[in-house]
Amino acid sequence: MSETLDKPTVLNVVGTRPIRPDGADKVTGRATYGADYNMPGQLVGRILRSPHAHARIVSIDASRARALPGVKAVVTSADFPDLASEMHDGGEAASNLRDLSLNVMARGKVLYDGHAVAAVAAVSAAVAEEALSRIKVIYETLPHVIDVEPAMSPDAPVLHDHMFTEGLETPPTTASNIAKRHKNVRGDVDAAFATADVIVEDRYVTQAVHQGYIEPQACVAAWAEDGRCEVWSSSQGQFMVRTYCAKVLGLEISDIRVTPAEIGGGFGGKTTVYLEPVALALSRASGHPVKMVMTREDVFRATGPTSGAVMHVKLGALSDGTITAATVELKFQAGAFPGSPVGAACMTALACYDIANFTIVGWDVVTNTPKTAAYRAPGAPIAAFAVESAVDDLARKLGMDPIALREKNAVRDGTKAAYGPTFQNIGYLETLAAIRDSDHYKSPLKPNQGRGVAVGFWFNVGGESTAAIHISEDGSAAVVTGNPDIGGSRASMAMMAAETLGVPVERVRPMIGDTASIGYSMLTGGSRTTFATGMAVVQAAEKVILDLRQRVAKLWEVSVDHVVWRMGQAECIDPAKPDKKPMTLAALAAQSGRTGGPISAQVTLNAQGAGPGFAVHVCDLEVDPETGHTSVVRYTAAQDVGRAIHPSYVEGQIQGGVAQGVGWALNEAYIFDRDGRMENAGFLDYRMPVASDLPMLDTIMIEVPNPKHPFGAKGVGEVPIVPPLAAVANAMRGAIGLRMSSLPLSPPAVLAALDSRKG
Amino acid sequence: MSKIHITTTVNGDPAEFLASPGMTLLDALRDELGLTGAKEGCGSGDCGACSVMLDGRLVCSCLVLAPEVEGCRVETIEGMAQGGQLHPLQQKFLEHAALQCGFCTPGLLVAAKALLDAHPDPTEVEARYWLAGNLCRCTGYDKIIRAVMDAAAELRQERAA
Repeated sequence: MSETLDKPTVLNVVGTRPIRPDGADKVTGRATYGADYNMPGQLVGRILRSPHAHARIVSIDASRARALPGVKAVVTSADFPDLASEMHDGGEAASNLRDLSLNVMARGKVLYDGHAVAAVAAVSAAVAEEALSRIKVIYETLPHVIDVEPAMSPDAPVLHDHMFTEGLETPPTTASNIAKRHKNVRGDVDAAFATADVIVEDRYVTQAVHQGYIEPQACVAAWAEDGRCEVWSSSQGQFMVRTYCAKVLGLEISDIRVTPAEIGGGFGGKTTVYLEPVALALSRASGHPVKMVMTREDVFRATGPTSGAVMHVKLGALSDGTITAATVELKFQAGAFPGSPVGAACMTALACYDIANFTIVGWDVVTNTPKTAAYRAPGAPIAAFAVESAVDDLARKLGMDPIALREKNAVRDGTKAAYGPTFQNIGYLETLAAIRDSDHYKSPLKPNQGRGVAVGFWFNVGGESTAAIHISEDGSAAVVTGNPDIGGSRASMAMMAAETLGVPVERVRPMIGDTASIGYSMLTGGSRTTFATGMAVVQAAEKVILDLRQRVAKLWEVSVDHVVWRMGQAECIDPAKPDKKPMTLAALAAQSGRTGGPISAQVTLNAQGAGPGFAVHVCDLEVDPETGHTSVVRYTAAQDVGRAIHPSYVEGQIQGGVAQGVGWALNEAYIFDRDGRMENAGFLDYRMPVASDLPMLDTIMIEVPNPKHPFGAKGVGEVPIVPPLAAVANAMRGAIGLRMSSLPLSPPAVLAALDSRKG
Repeated sequence: MSKIHITTTVNGDPAEFLASPGMTLLDALRDELGLTGAKEGCGSGDCGACSVMLDGRLVCSCLVLAPEVEGCRVETIEGMAQGGQLHPLQQKFLEHAALQCGFCTPGLLVAAKALLDAHPDPTEVEARYWLAGNLCRCTGYDKIIRAVMDAAAELRQERAA
C-alpha cells in the first residue's frame, strides 16, 4: 500500500497568522478556568499550613473543628497512604512519589513555612476558615536553613534523616542536605588553564523566584460511592494529575477521570499537584464534591518556585579568543525535597560553546523552602546568568566584541555538545549573526546606558502524544489532543491539521480531551506540544487522507496510487480514467456511510528528534545614578524557531520569556525573615514586571527547519527565558562599569554598587 | 450573620443578590451572579484580573465590598461585546495575538476600555502606565500595547466617520 502523500510545496496555512480558535471565549470572559467550574452540592476545601520553617508535628487535634456545624470532613496525613520511595517520570522532570505525597500533606515533620498539615471541607468558606482556626497542631520547632551554602555545611540542620548524597566517589556514611552531586568532565582542565593567556572567574548568586502565573491553582473533585472519581482542574497535564492522584491516594488509574480546565499560565509550575489529591480525600471523607482554590499567598508559600543558587565559574582562553578551559560549579536550592533543576543546569551551562576541557559540578541541596517546581527551561537561566556574565568579562579582558567571541567558540552542526549528543540542524550561528547585524546592536548608547549580550540554549523534548481527527458530515474536522493549551497551541494544532488536510483553518475545531476521551499524552512542558503533539496531529490527518484515497479508489475503480490528495480534494491521475472529477472532503464526508462509515483517525507516538533551541539577546539599560532605578530601554531577542507555525504566538513566547527573565534579573526574589517565613508572599512585594516597566520587545525569528517535524518546527517556549538574566547583568556592567554578580539588580543593590564605585 | 439584600445594575440589567457583609464584589459577581469573567489572581488589588467598572470608575472588584454596590452601575467583561459583535478592543486583542493563557485578558480589556473612554488618543507611555495595574505574565505586554493603540486608532476613525 502506498503511503505517499503529496506534501504541499507551498504552505497555505502554516506561517500565517489566523485568529486563534479559542479567542472569542477568552476575550469575552466565557472561557472556563480552574476556579470557574462548580459542581452541584460542592463543599469548600481549605488547607491549614505550617507557620514554621522546620518543625516536628507532635500532635494534631481536629476534634473542635469536626464539632463545628457545617464542617463535613477533616483530613491529615493519616488519610493518605504512607508511600515507599519510587521515581516517576512525568515528562518535564522525574518526581519521587513519596516526596510528592509528603509535599501534598506533611507527615511527622513540616519542612517549610506554608507546608500543608491538615485540610477541611465545609459548607462555606467562612465555616471552613473557622474550622482551620480550631485545629490544634502542637509543633516542636527545629533549627531551619534557607540558603544553599549554609544548608551544605556539616553542622546544618538536616531535613531528612535518611538522605545520603548520591553521586560521590565514596558513599557518605552520614545524612546531609546534599541530595546529589552531578559531574561532567571533558579533557584536562588543569593543563588547559595552565596554558591559557587570559583567565576570568567570579562567584554568582541568584534568589528563588516564582513562575508567577496569574491563575492560582484550583480544582473541583468528586468521589462517587462506587469509587469512581471526577477531577476538574487547571494543570499542564490532565494525565499527570490522574497519575499523581492515583499514586498519592492509592487508587486505580481507571477510577479517576480528569478534565482539563483552561489554564491561566503555568510556566512549569503546574506540572505537579498540590490540591487535587487533598480535594479527593476530602470528597471521599465527606461524600460531597469539594472545590479548592489557592490564595496568592498559598501560591507563593507552597508552590513553585525555582531554585536560588550560588555558582562559581572560571574560564580560560587563548589571546585569539579560543576558550580552552572552563570550570563551573553550581549549588542549587531544591526546597524541601530533592530535585532542583541543577542537573539540567549542568547540561545546559556550556551547551552553546565548543570547549575542549571543562569540569562541571552541580549540587542538589534541600532547604527549608517550598519544594521547587519546573520553571521555563528549568535551571538553564540560572547557569546562563553565571556563564554568560563570565563570557562577557572574558570579552572585555580580551578586548573582543562579545558576539565575535561567542561566534569564535560557537557550537555548530557536527559539534559534540558538552552534555553528550552531536548537534545537527541547529541555527545558532545564524541567530548570532542576526543580532550582530541588527540595527539595535549597531545603534549608539546615551549617557548612563549600557548594552548587554547573552546567549541561551534549551534542549526541547518530544515524547508521548495522542491526537485524533474526526471528520464531520460537512467535511469539517475536530482535532482532539491531550495537551492543555497554555499559550495558543490550539491554533497551531488546527493550522497543521488544516494545512495537511487542505481545508481552511476555520473548518478545524481543536479540542482538548479529558483522560477518558483521548489517549495518553505527556504534559504540556519541555516545549514539546507543537513539536510532538503537532506531529501526531499531522500523522492523524495523513491517516485520514489515506483512508479517503482508498475510499475514492474503490468508487472510481482505480488503484489507490492513482488517487492523489491536493488542496482538500481527491484527484484521479489514472490516464485511463480522464473523466473522473475531483471529489472534495465535504463531498466524501457527506457520503461516508456508503464508503465505509465515519471518517476518523487516531495516532499515538513517542516523538523523537526535537530540535534544540538557541537564543541570542541584546538588552539596553538605563540606570538612574541618583536612585539606582533601572529601565530597560531597548531589547531584541533572536531565536532559531525551526519553523514558526503561527508567528504571532512564537513572537509572544519570546516576548513573554524575555519579560519573565527581566523581572528575575531586576526585581524578583523570595525574601525570608530570620524565622524562615516568606516575607513577600504577594504581588505588591514580589515585584513582577508591569506594562510601564518594559519597552516594546523586538523579536527576530530565524528558521532553520527541524527535519524531524513535518513542517520543521522546533520548541520555542522555553529558551527565551535563558539569556535575559545575563543580558541585563551585562548591560548593567556596561552602564555602571562594575560587575554585579548577585541577582536581583534591584535599586538598593545598584545604588550600593554605585556608592562602592565612588568610595 | 444575616445577609444583606443588594439591588444593583450589572451590564445594564437589574440584578439583585444576598451578600454577607464581608463579601467582595468579585465574589458576588462570580458566585452569586454567575459572572466568572472577572478573575481572582491575588485578592489584594495588585494584579487587576478582577477589574470592573463601578459607576464609570475602574476598580478592582476584589477590593470593593458587595454591599457597597447597592444602587450602583457595574460593568464587567461580559457586557463588552454588544449584540453579538466584539468590541474593537476585543477584536484587536485577537488580531494582535495579545493574549496567551487568557486569564488576565478580561481585566486588561476592561482597563483598556476605561483608558480609551477617558483618553481616546493615548501615547504608548500613557497606555503602559494606565495598564500598569494589570499583571500579565505571558506576553511581556508588547502585543497588548499594540492592540490597545490599534483599537484606539480604529475607535477614533469610527468617531470621525
